Amino acid sequence: MAIVILGAGQAGLQIATSVRQKGYTGKVVLIGDEPHPPYQRPPLSKAFLKGTTDAASLIFRPAEALAAQGIDLILGQKARRIDLIAKTVEINDGTVSYEKLALALGARPRQLAVPGADLEGVYSLRGLADGQKLMSALTSANNVVIVGGGFIGLEVAATAVAAGKVVTVLEAGPRVMARAVAPQISTWFDKMHRDMGTRIVTSAVIAWIDGTDHVKTVTLGDGEVIAADLVLVGIGAVPNTEIAAEAGLECPNGVLVDAVGRTADSDIFAAGDCAFHPNRFAGSYVRLESVQNAIDQSKTVAAAMLDETASYDAVPWFWSDQGQAKLQTTGLPFAAERHVVRGDPEAGKFTVFHLKSGRVIAADSVNSPSDHMCARRMVAGGIPVIPEVLADPATDLKTLAMQRTA
Amino acid sequence: MTTIHFQSPSGEVTTLKGVVGQSIMELATSNGVSAIEADCGGACACATCHVIVDQSWTERLPAPGVMERDMLDFVAEPTSTSRLSCQLHITDDHDGLLLHLPSKQS
Repeated sequence: MAIVILGAGQAGLQIATSVRQKGYTGKVVLIGDEPHPPYQRPPLSKAFLKGTTDAASLIFRPAEALAAQGIDLILGQKARRIDLIAKTVEINDGTVSYEKLALALGARPRQLAVPGADLEGVYSLRGLADGQKLMSALTSANNVVIVGGGFIGLEVAATAVAAGKVVTVLEAGPRVMARAVAPQISTWFDKMHRDMGTRIVTSAVIAWIDGTDHVKTVTLGDGEVIAADLVLVGIGAVPNTEIAAEAGLECPNGVLVDAVGRTADSDIFAAGDCAFHPNRFAGSYVRLESVQNAIDQSKTVAAAMLDETASYDAVPWFWSDQGQAKLQTTGLPFAAERHVVRGDPEAGKFTVFHLKSGRVIAADSVNSPSDHMCARRMVAGGIPVIPEVLADPATDLKTLAMQRTA
Repeated sequence: MTTIHFQSPSGEVTTLKGVVGQSIMELATSNGVSAIEADCGGACACATCHVIVDQSWTERLPAPGVMERDMLDFVAEPTSTSRLSCQLHITDDHDGLLLHLPSKQS
């Protein structure tokens, strides 16, 4: 029997190593379209861009170590077609047969749909090659315009401004990171970035990007022209579902899977950024782009491929390092009814809890890892809380968080 | 090269040679020590690279920082000599360091 995995990112690698850890002795084939063995993406917008970590140290495990585990790595090969009947995948150099197939296809940067977005000097950031290009461009750039005040945009902004660049962040929404964090967190980071010297424009509309062959300016809807010799577009990602959709698998917003990560074809599974899955923390189907989801969902899929039946039920968590600040989030902040602040935003150490029906459904922590770890347990356990007790510094959060899980 | 020993709960020892400056977590994961999960890749954000420093070595390692101490409260099996291996960077002084692996990370 052969397990074939399309996509050699965090999720693909996790599926491969998990099936091995579970004692599977058949063939495992991991196919990636990039030339590198599986590597970590989060540092690309953080330590890698700063130059404090290099490409080699992003690699999870050398190719030889994967080979020693019996994981056949096929790199630099694009999967072109899945044949559900023949149970084969066509790649550049031939055809690979599978008995079980995992789709860990990932996502790609959303394109900015304005004139000039295809000029030289306009970048996006997803893979190592993108990171290398951005890093080298940043060295010689003076005026950096970042489109999108999300995690990637703000992480890069902090690094660029610290390197002495003139940095402008253009955010279409009313506040930075609006879809992901509480308003109090957006406000705090907005101020932090401004204090570092970054200009942030919210509710920004980009009219066009100008330049003859290389970007020179970005023009806003209100007529303002901003000088730019480097533009980074960080406006979200779209799942790589084409190959699955062409094979006839349903892909409403990512590859549709059930609670164990199985598609409508019982031998095909999906995990990570590309998987549209039922999630109890979302209360609906959702697609999550995070390391946590890539790892935990892949563990579920690996088990399901070996006929175990445990559903995906891991509590979501995420982190973002911006300047000196560490943001850690847990849960999914959909439909919060109120927010409770614990700690001291002025001191740069606080947590905002998202409450719904008397329970913590999500929490965003700034420089407060202990709060974050407690919040993970509170979200996972659905622990009832009284807002005043939660906000009270005299309350021992750990005791509160442990009450159901102890 | 600096020699580091990892001992599993069942007593099995894995001996690896690390480079000065490398984190113990990187040394372990890149060599397939699967007891070190290191979900966040070394950002001190997940507490899944827990190791227990052998008593004979505790005084020879720098004390954990505030972030690490906070995260250590939440490892699966905390002990008085628990550390997060992503925060331990190899120096020449670590030659022969003995670390115990926990039976689970979370």
